[in-house]
Amino acid sequence: MSVDFDKVVKTTAWSPGPGCHGGCGVELYLKDGKVVKVEGDPDHPWNHGRACSRLLACTQYIYHPDRILHPLKRVGARGEGKWEQITWEEAYDTIEQKWNRLKEESGPESVIFIQGTGRDIGGPITFLCYAYGSPNLTQLGLAGQSCYTPRLCSMVATMGDFTVADCSQFFEKRFDDPRYTLPKYIVIWAQNPMSGCPDAFQGHWVVDCMRRGSKLIVIDPRWTFFASRAEYYLQIRPGTDGALALCMLNLIIQNDWYDHDFVENWTYGFDRLAEEVRPYTVEKTAEITGIDPELIFAATRAYATSHPSAIHWGLPLDQVPEATAVDDAIVCLWSITGNLDVPGGNVIARNAWDVTQYPYTTQQLQEVYGEDILDRINGKRIGAARYEYLANMRSWGQPDMAVQQMIDGDPYRIRSAWIQTSNLLGGQAANMRKHYQALMNMEFNVIVDLFHNPTTEAVGDLILPAATFAEKESFRAWYQPLQLIRPAVEVGECRSDWEINFELAKRFNPSLRTRYPEFRDFVNERIASSGYTWETLSEAGGWKYPTQEEWPASVPYKRYERGDLRPDGKPGFRTPSGKVELYATLNEKYGIHPLPFYVEPPESEVRTPELFQKYPLVMVTGRRSPVYFHSEHRNIPWLRVCDPYPLVEVHPSVMKALGIDDGEWVWVENDRGRIRRKVKENPSMHPGYISVPHGWWMPEAKGSGPDFFNAWDINCNILVPTDTQSESGYGGGAFKTTLVRLRKIRPDEDLHPNDEAEWKDKR
Amino acid sequence: MGKKGLLFDMEYCTGCFACTVACKQENQFDADTWGIKILEQIYTCPNGHVQVDNVPFPTNLCNLCAERIAKGVDNRPACVKACQCSIIYYGEASELAVKMQELKRPVLWVNNK
Repeated sequence: MSVDFDKVVKTTAWSPGPGCHGGCGVELYLKDGKVVKVEGDPDHPWNHGRACSRLLACTQYIYHPDRILHPLKRVGARGEGKWEQITWEEAYDTIEQKWNRLKEESGPESVIFIQGTGRDIGGPITFLCYAYGSPNLTQLGLAGQSCYTPRLCSMVATMGDFTVADCSQFFEKRFDDPRYTLPKYIVIWAQNPMSGCPDAFQGHWVVDCMRRGSKLIVIDPRWTFFASRAEYYLQIRPGTDGALALCMLNLIIQNDWYDHDFVENWTYGFDRLAEEVRPYTVEKTAEITGIDPELIFAATRAYATSHPSAIHWGLPLDQVPEATAVDDAIVCLWSITGNLDVPGGNVIARNAWDVTQYPYTTQQLQEVYGEDILDRINGKRIGAARYEYLANMRSWGQPDMAVQQMIDGDPYRIRSAWIQTSNLLGGQAANMRKHYQALMNMEFNVIVDLFHNPTTEAVGDLILPAATFAEKESFRAWYQPLQLIRPAVEVGECRSDWEINFELAKRFNPSLRTRYPEFRDFVNERIASSGYTWETLSEAGGWKYPTQEEWPASVPYKRYERGDLRPDGKPGFRTPSGKVELYATLNEKYGIHPLPFYVEPPESEVRTPELFQKYPLVMVTGRRSPVYFHSEHRNIPWLRVCDPYPLVEVHPSVMKALGIDDGEWVWVENDRGRIRRKVKENPSMHPGYISVPHGWWMPEAKGSGPDFFNAWDINCNILVPTDTQSESGYGGGAFKTTLVRLRKIRPDEDLHPNDEAEWKDKR
Repeated sequence: MGKKGLLFDMEYCTGCFACTVACKQENQFDADTWGIKILEQIYTCPNGHVQVDNVPFPTNLCNLCAERIAKGVDNRPACVKACQCSIIYYGEASELAVKMQELKRPVLWVNNK
């Protein structure tokens, strides 16, 4: 039966709700003040009415019976699952009093601020963190900060800007804009774009390009939808992408496939790069990566000699060893082939009117929080003294060091954690046990979330209920367009992440009350460069792209020729030399190797052959499901039924060798522990690698301890180590390269091997 | 007026479940009730190439969103609008039969009941 409605509100999706990195135009269908249906907005250039399954299931998310509707305080012991409803005033007062006391006793650095993936959290959490005065903002648990940060920082170090594969997303008319050209090849490097919308890139734009004629080169350990439609598919051994990138550079230089004009006029350090990559012959690289040498040659030639072509890269490139060095190599690839900021290449991705909502470069941070921000935070910021690169690129605390410091208090004690819509124990945390121990060590954990999950139940002391995007006033300036998130409904006492942090920030920094009487005053200040206010942008439809006359830096192409990239208005790039630095002088300045290089994964057949004897399979975690975003949505009936089980995907030959049947529950184990998974026979896997999707916990299981929604039984991150970060401090989390074995479950075995001891020890 | 149908191009179906969930939402189905399903096929070809194919396929509960269209909410079924790959076409079966000649691997579904 079709749904009746009395009103439609157009807005922008950006978490919570679909969970992703957002950007889609949305139609919220309302009836009597409730959202009754959610569809894509046909007029929005990002998605043209299309919508993912998670957006389409949003009514089940917004009105889920398990949603937390009021602030809660813990009344039993941690993990007992006993909560009591309190008022927002009591919640704010409690936090204010406790944190003021901690600040007096141990300094503001004793409170650590934790977020997860790139959602509408980065803006509000930095606002609160710096208003309180802590330098410690982290993605705790995400070993090596291995999600986009390494790629972002690598791009800043080498080019001074970011790029994305050009699928016409910077033009309102999209593929019809006369300035646009289709990429001849799209290199999909380490991603399955159909499953998500990461890094402000709508994955299905790649399909749009394919249907218009773009061909594919796919680099992935697994045969994906895209791999099976690629002209060249390179089935790479997990973690060896760096060697392949160096080899491609070597081939391009040796065979003279590079763009002489661009290299001569716009790059720095070409000769040294050529020298550095020379050892990476196809033969040697084939041996490292497991890819046929002729295929490496042919794919490289196709990419380099078909102009324009674009590289679309994925998160696994942050999770290879020495990730920032590997990411540097890929920047070199699109640069020396003349594919940088050209139509159909890798287009520079500036925010519309350079508006900053979610500050993720040092420059943006300084614009928003003052020139002296690094001086103010770097003294105590975890990892800033050890990693100069990290100290000067973005503003994160180093997560592997942070978790250790939370446990041992060296060099100073961390006493409280603010965890904002990040179910890290059920999601991003490598070595879940260690993070459980660290969070249990805190005196006061405040968690902002929408649902109870393993993290709230295990370590939460105070829970604040967050609003979905349908209940939220916010704005979005992650690349383009500039767009508004308009509130349509209210649910319980839930408040948006912005609203929550805004009120608390004012309590710790009362001057903010005069500066921003209302949240909208803050929005208007941040979007001022656009010439719009909240009201005028809303009247204009809720989203806008800048024109070249208005804001040339935001509009493609070849901005380095126009002089639109540098603050001094000169042609060139925002780097010390004004060129694309193939030899990165900033890396040199920060004490890390200035040229791309490759090392083996921390655990592998080559690096740790004895361990490989015992654990002969490479566990690749993190493959996406189109119906889930990280650790969310297993409680949404319309979604769960599409992908119901925590799987391990295995090549049929491995199953045969081990006597395992399709659908059988098995152990996935190594020295760190073991988890249970249901086998899916899948010939798209390589026989040496298994795929273990992350973020699994069972919302239908018992939430209180020791079960914590069965997270101890099925969370693959129990098996993944910390402390594998790159020499830059960013990248290198071993989420794709951990060695394991599969084993049949014997009838006499305890099915809950991980929880009991842990629970009793730590309680 | 001739029979209406749905035309799918399985060459470009990523199996994202947008059609499936759009259908459940439009019809307010329970989780276990399906108006359209994704059929997944992963198979190894003799030359070692592994093919990953999906095709959405309507169930017997599909009425081509008759009410949605009759009410004028939209001129197409919910799955057609939501499809992230834009591979679902709705229209007169006879016209779709012509249209399918332009597509790479079309599958035409018509309910003549």
